[in-house]
Amino acid sequence: MTTDLLGNELNLQYELLGPEIAVAVTAMLVLFADAFRRELNLGRFALPALSVAGLAVALVLSALWIDENKDFARLVQIDNFTTFFRFLFLAVTLIVIVGSHEYIEKHVSHVGEFYSLLLFSTVGAMLMASARDLLTAYLAIEVMSFSLYILVSLTKNDSRSGEASLKYVLLGGVASAMLLYGLSFLYGVGGSTQYSEIAAALSENTSDVELPLLLGLALIVAGLGFKASAVPFHMWTPDAYEGAPIPITAYLSATSKAATFALLLRWFSGPLLPAIDDWQWMISALAVATMVVGNLVALQQTNIKRLLAYSSIGQVGFMLMAITAISDTTGSALLLHLSGYVITNLALFMAIVAFYNRTGTEEISGFRGLAQTNPYLALVMTAGLFSLAGMPLLAGFLTKFILFQSVVSEGYTWLVVIALIASTVSLYYYLQVIRHMYLYQPEGDATRWRLTPTGYLATGVLLIGVVWVGIYATPFYTVADRAIAPLFA
Amino acid sequence: MVENDAFALLAVFLIPLGTAVLLMLVPSRERSLIIALTAASSLAMFAVSLYVFLQYDFNGDQFQGVKAWNYMSDMGLLGDEGIQLKVGIDGIAAAMVLLTGIVIVPGTWVSWKIQDRMKDFFILLYILTAGVFGTFVMLDMFVWFLLYETALLPMYLLIAVWGSTRKEYGAMKLMMMLLAGSILIFTAIFAIYAEAGLGSFDMVDLYAVDFDEDFQKLYFPLIAVGCGILAAMFPFHSWSPDGHASAPTAVSMLHAGVLMKLGAFGIIRLGFQMMPEGGAFWAPALIVLGITAALYGAVSALRQDDMKLMTGFSSVSHMGYVMVGLGTMNVIGWTGAVLQMFAHGIMTALFFLLIGAMYDQAHNRDIPNFSGMAKQMPIWTVFFVIAGLASLGLPGMSGFVAEVHIFIGAFRAYPVVGGLAVLTAAITATYLLRMFSQAFFGEFNPRWSELKEITYAERAGATVLAGTILFLGLWPSPWVDRIATTIETTIPGVTL
Repeated sequence: MTTDLLGNELNLQYELLGPEIAVAVTAMLVLFADAFRRELNLGRFALPALSVAGLAVALVLSALWIDENKDFARLVQIDNFTTFFRFLFLAVTLIVIVGSHEYIEKHVSHVGEFYSLLLFSTVGAMLMASARDLLTAYLAIEVMSFSLYILVSLTKNDSRSGEASLKYVLLGGVASAMLLYGLSFLYGVGGSTQYSEIAAALSENTSDVELPLLLGLALIVAGLGFKASAVPFHMWTPDAYEGAPIPITAYLSATSKAATFALLLRWFSGPLLPAIDDWQWMISALAVATMVVGNLVALQQTNIKRLLAYSSIGQVGFMLMAITAISDTTGSALLLHLSGYVITNLALFMAIVAFYNRTGTEEISGFRGLAQTNPYLALVMTAGLFSLAGMPLLAGFLTKFILFQSVVSEGYTWLVVIALIASTVSLYYYLQVIRHMYLYQPEGDATRWRLTPTGYLATGVLLIGVVWVGIYATPFYTVADRAIAPLFA
Repeated sequence: MVENDAFALLAVFLIPLGTAVLLMLVPSRERSLIIALTAASSLAMFAVSLYVFLQYDFNGDQFQGVKAWNYMSDMGLLGDEGIQLKVGIDGIAAAMVLLTGIVIVPGTWVSWKIQDRMKDFFILLYILTAGVFGTFVMLDMFVWFLLYETALLPMYLLIAVWGSTRKEYGAMKLMMMLLAGSILIFTAIFAIYAEAGLGSFDMVDLYAVDFDEDFQKLYFPLIAVGCGILAAMFPFHSWSPDGHASAPTAVSMLHAGVLMKLGAFGIIRLGFQMMPEGGAFWAPALIVLGITAALYGAVSALRQDDMKLMTGFSSVSHMGYVMVGLGTMNVIGWTGAVLQMFAHGIMTALFFLLIGAMYDQAHNRDIPNFSGMAKQMPIWTVFFVIAGLASLGLPGMSGFVAEVHIFIGAFRAYPVVGGLAVLTAAITATYLLRMFSQAFFGEFNPRWSELKEITYAERAGATVLAGTILFLGLWPSPWVDRIATTIETTIPGVTL
């Protein structure tokens, strides 16, 4: 066994990083394949197929580490928590590619780079969940974010895309700087970049370092608040969602959110837990502002992507409650809610991708009469919207119920009351979309149309997922419970 | 009830749900297949619910046909029992199951007239019905609330797509008000679970927990108002007339007939049974709101021209009686309240069926536009008069049995309230007789000479409902036995 300069033993089992390596290698292969597209005589399915194959290999490699708990070179920890998020992120990327490759073909410039960057950002997201060292975590965030900055700008022939990307990169840069500055304070207080050592240092009395710690925490919360698009750091979200290609909007709302929460869970249940009195009020204030603003501003949106941007901000508020009231029960409830949210949001976005392929519009009024021209797609949209609103028999009801109940059990009834009110407001704007689909006659072309086979596959699997989690969530909850266990061991 | 009757309880919930799933697979152009399927399903629901009602043994245990299937347990915040699919009924629930089973039959029959997207209509209607049945038979607080919400949700689309007049306004108002009520119920459920600390949502276990008195006083109003909104409790009733007026016939029938009872049922299940001291503390408030609703609804009904709005306000008034009955905190008043839930459900379903049958032809339901209808549509008029007489509490009709219990209970508890309740009954007689004299009798208005008598499906449906009204009015003991015994033995805080 090798040791580092300080004499710590290092475990260099590279197979622990199998999934990350597989995805990164695939990303590079995609780039090469794209460069030699003509020489190799590749068809239009070659790049998505290659990416899907790489992701499938990574999924298999992730499965090898279920119920293991090992670290790699003291930098990343491979435990059930990591494995949970690996599966989640790999599955999200897989579904996004399967569900929207026609869209990517038609509406995205630089297709090769698109797939490649998508895969790289998945690597970053997986490392965010597994990092056990501040610097590794920071680098993982940047790997994911930089890929996304570029991906947002890749919509073909749409000036909003470039604008969105510029806003995202500038504000993202500021947020990263704040985060890094905060981390340096934390290093100063804790004396290490290792999570476990910071936790040990903070749990010893730190009365003389109160101010630097508070400053560091504030900067960290602001930086991560930006990544999670919590109010008041949310301003980039609607613009980035609107300008980005729809698959990237889906990806932003799923992986990028989930990865940030993976990181939040690791940090706030580990190294920062001893300082809970210093950050709890910050997160709860953030949660309230996010729930209220996200859901109220969503009421006025006319573009479906902007609407879902604000709705996802609102959802982040609900999830932040679980960080405020952190414990193993809220943790597992949060993981359950996160999976339900990701499945639901992807179902919606894949339906919107299919809709856009056909009609080329993102306006909510464009959905008029969808129930007549494509009842299946209208059903998927309705299930997704009702699930986000927390309606029964769908994923959103059960996961929200468990999440809210666990937060109440930790003594935060007042937070949950605000969440319930916000959640009811949200039903109003989700109903507006449903109204357009069911109550009005289609405008213009009123012929029936069908999805492509991959469109059916992606939306069908997700629709089943939304209903399954809503009716029989036991397996999901069991998995979430096992995934959160290593954090509170 | 024998133990295997638990499967009958499960069946009343699964039949409508299964029918809804089956309907999704049937192509929408196969109208006759859809009609056959829904006919069979509605009769099956009626048969099973009648069986459940008759099998309930009022000398037996509090909850009968109890059986639990594990759903989620031993993880996160859930303990050994966690969330279960637990069925079981008491005498109150038995009556409510029968009510739903009776109302769904004519509700289905009259809906075969619908031309536009009939399949989708039935899918939503049966999901709603499954939610209603489920709420009456489930004994797990989580599942109870899940199904409660399931019963509310389809209302939006049912009203907004298939309704009439101001349908979108009515649908949205109803939805937002009912969901505001759900917030309160939700909060109380969370608090009850956390306070009890059993790690289980089993209501029977939770009833045994002795909650702190301050806790009960704080959370009982949340349940009473949250469920009270659905029961059209004053001053949260304003969605009800608008919602009823714009809903399609079958939805009005189920909604006024059954769903509003769900609200009162929730107050009993989660309010009085869970938090008896809180209930006793707030009972006077309930009685004040109840009698206000009864008077206010009756006076408002006096001024309505639209028959559906009149019936809607009449429902507010009659549900006010239910609150008065619950507020008396004595067995006779409570028995009256539950009887009123049943009697009003049947009677108001008949009202909406008949108004709908006429509106489909005339596209008008303003009372001043009609006169002498007894000559043109005698059968329709007979049924209407039966419903009306039941509504004003004529002896021999279901309404009398219920109201007489409530009046006696109210006189025992608060004589003033009893007096006001009798006054309300007089106002009820006024607005109904006013309508009869204007619309049914007098000189026939030739504008309506094109109108035909109601269809055979509607006659059959109306016969079922009118028959129940007379049956309950003439021989109430099957109901009174079951309900009164349950209340006497199991509702804490209710005295003779």
